[in-house]
Amino acid sequence: MGEAALLLFWPALAGYAEAALAYAGETIRPGRTARFAVWGVRLGWLAQTALLAAQAVRAEGFPWASWAGSLNLFVWLTVGAYLIWGCRASFRLLGLVVMPLALALFVLAWAAGGAGDTRRSDFGDFFLAFHVGLVLAAFAGFTVAAALAGLYLWQERRLKRHAPGVLRLRAPALATLDAFTGRTIAVSLPTLVVGIGIGFGRLEADGGGFDATMAATLLAGVLYAAYLVLRYEAGWRGRRGAYLVLAGFLVVLVVRIGLTPVGHF
Amino acid sequence: MSHLVLVGTSHHRAPVELRERLALGSRVGAGLVSRLAAGGGEAVALSTCNRACVYLVHADVEEARSRAVAELAGLSGLAADELEEALYVKVDEEAAHHLFRVAAGLDSMIPGEGQILGQVRAAWEAAAEEGTTSVVLNRLFRQALQVGKRVRTETGIGENPASVSSAAAELAASVFGDLGGKRVLVIGAGKMGELTVLNLVLRGAERPVVASRSLESAERLAERFGGRALTLDALDEELERADVVVASTGAEGLVLTADRVEHAMRRRRGHPIFFVDIAVPRDLDPAINDLDGCYLYDIDDLERVVKETVAGRREEAVRAEEIVAEETEKFGAWRLSLDVVPAIASLRAFAEDIRAGELDRARGWLASLSESERKAVESLTSQIVNKLLHPPTVRMKQAAAAAEGVVYAETVRHLFGLGEDER
Repeated sequence: MGEAALLLFWPALAGYAEAALAYAGETIRPGRTARFAVWGVRLGWLAQTALLAAQAVRAEGFPWASWAGSLNLFVWLTVGAYLIWGCRASFRLLGLVVMPLALALFVLAWAAGGAGDTRRSDFGDFFLAFHVGLVLAAFAGFTVAAALAGLYLWQERRLKRHAPGVLRLRAPALATLDAFTGRTIAVSLPTLVVGIGIGFGRLEADGGGFDATMAATLLAGVLYAAYLVLRYEAGWRGRRGAYLVLAGFLVVLVVRIGLTPVGHF
Repeated sequence: MSHLVLVGTSHHRAPVELRERLALGSRVGAGLVSRLAAGGGEAVALSTCNRACVYLVHADVEEARSRAVAELAGLSGLAADELEEALYVKVDEEAAHHLFRVAAGLDSMIPGEGQILGQVRAAWEAAAEEGTTSVVLNRLFRQALQVGKRVRTETGIGENPASVSSAAAELAASVFGDLGGKRVLVIGAGKMGELTVLNLVLRGAERPVVASRSLESAERLAERFGGRALTLDALDEELERADVVVASTGAEGLVLTADRVEHAMRRRRGHPIFFVDIAVPRDLDPAINDLDGCYLYDIDDLERVVKETVAGRREEAVRAEEIVAEETEKFGAWRLSLDVVPAIASLRAFAEDIRAGELDRARGWLASLSESERKAVESLTSQIVNKLLHPPTVRMKQAAAAAEGVVYAETVRHLFGLGEDER
């Protein structure tokens, strides 16, 4: 890649780091640093968008087929998903979970060479854009859902324990967090199913074996499907639902960080 | 030059017995400001449960003070000497600073309380109706209202609840978000329960169902909110539907056990319930809080939350004080600029007279011009006058802000011979 494109990594990193710090500052002095955090997210995301665009232009195709490259894309999608509604004032504490995670994964992607990769994959660009793009978009949605579930459990614990500061450091209402978690998964799961379907289509056409990454991805899909069924049909709201969402996310993390270097994107 | 004078007392200096005596009803207040403003001054009387004070604009500070003390003494039935110990007197910017702090809620018992802003507005409007406000007090009170709004917008001083009943409603909102359409079940018909229900209903909760041992007392409370009354026998059925339960009976033992709530929860398909127990001794089994989807706050829990939020308000008060200081400075600069306003007005009138006179002298020559040419000449002469007067006007205002306005105004009067005909 070019070093010029890699230069865009630093402003993106600076934006995300500033946002993560500013969100942490919110826990100490509520209402003071949220504005700066939101601007950090926005500017960091714009810089990362430019970085990805520079990579794509340089590669003249889809350059995120490597594990590190796809991690870079995953961070962009996660922060993008968070930007859609997570930057609202009432959800500012969500940034406390999402932004440090995004920052850590972004640094990991850079350390593994994903921010500078401009090699094209052997797979076709069309297949990669849809298969990898959809699966990663679904994972990004699951990441945000996990952050919502984590925030739910934290806020619920504060309410249960009668924390005196529960109204000073405000988190979104439990019902809101629960509903948003459900909706995020309801959107992300079909995205994952389509992404997996495209992958299986190629497997069918080109041949190839079923491996641990595929099995774990399917397991994640099954867990999230179970969550949706239990939530909407059996009344699994609140804590139990949040735990199930976190279990699904654990599998996503295994797929995303633990297994994909073996041979997938 | 006129001075702004504040004479009054508040909960910081006077016990409630004295504040009661100084309470101003609307008729008494109207009479008071009329008497104090007699002779060309300005006056506003502000009376709340925590304070009674009068703001005056008068040329002589000492005279304004003694008149105000005499009026307040007459009102309280105390001798002026006796009353003076409880009074404070503030002059000019100090008086403005005090009013801005009052409007910001910084002088209140609970920092940032919202009621005071309405009381400041009402006091100003009442005085304006009596015709006892003019340039200075109109500007002062208008700015005080702006300061109050600014402090509440730019700081979090008024954000968090400062009472047990409002904290209970806020906590319910932390569980449900919007309380619109949420069902409230009230167990018992105590006063605290009533306040809590009021807070919930104001946030959009549905009309409450009131359950009490006696149907009569339940009906009394239910009627106030347009709700429904029932006896405690029907509690289990209502528990299956309620979102918020407020308990405030005078019962000796527990009115609701965890077993009964657990039974109701099984039928609610995971929908949470928020319980508020403000009764002493407690009505609700503390083990309810351990049930999944149940959140129980008793009076001690609520008081701890309120204590913490009030502490938060005090932290925000530091930022609010900065805003008040900044606004006081602005008011001070404006007040000083009043020194030079008459001189500026005279200077402009003097220049305008010259311009009009010269145009009049050239009337014959101007008659030969077309309408548009005459207008161009008028416009040109106006522009010359304005451009000539702009620098001295700005300099005089700047000098006024640096407290040298009187010297500059006198110099301008002397140099241009302004007001000599009147002398």
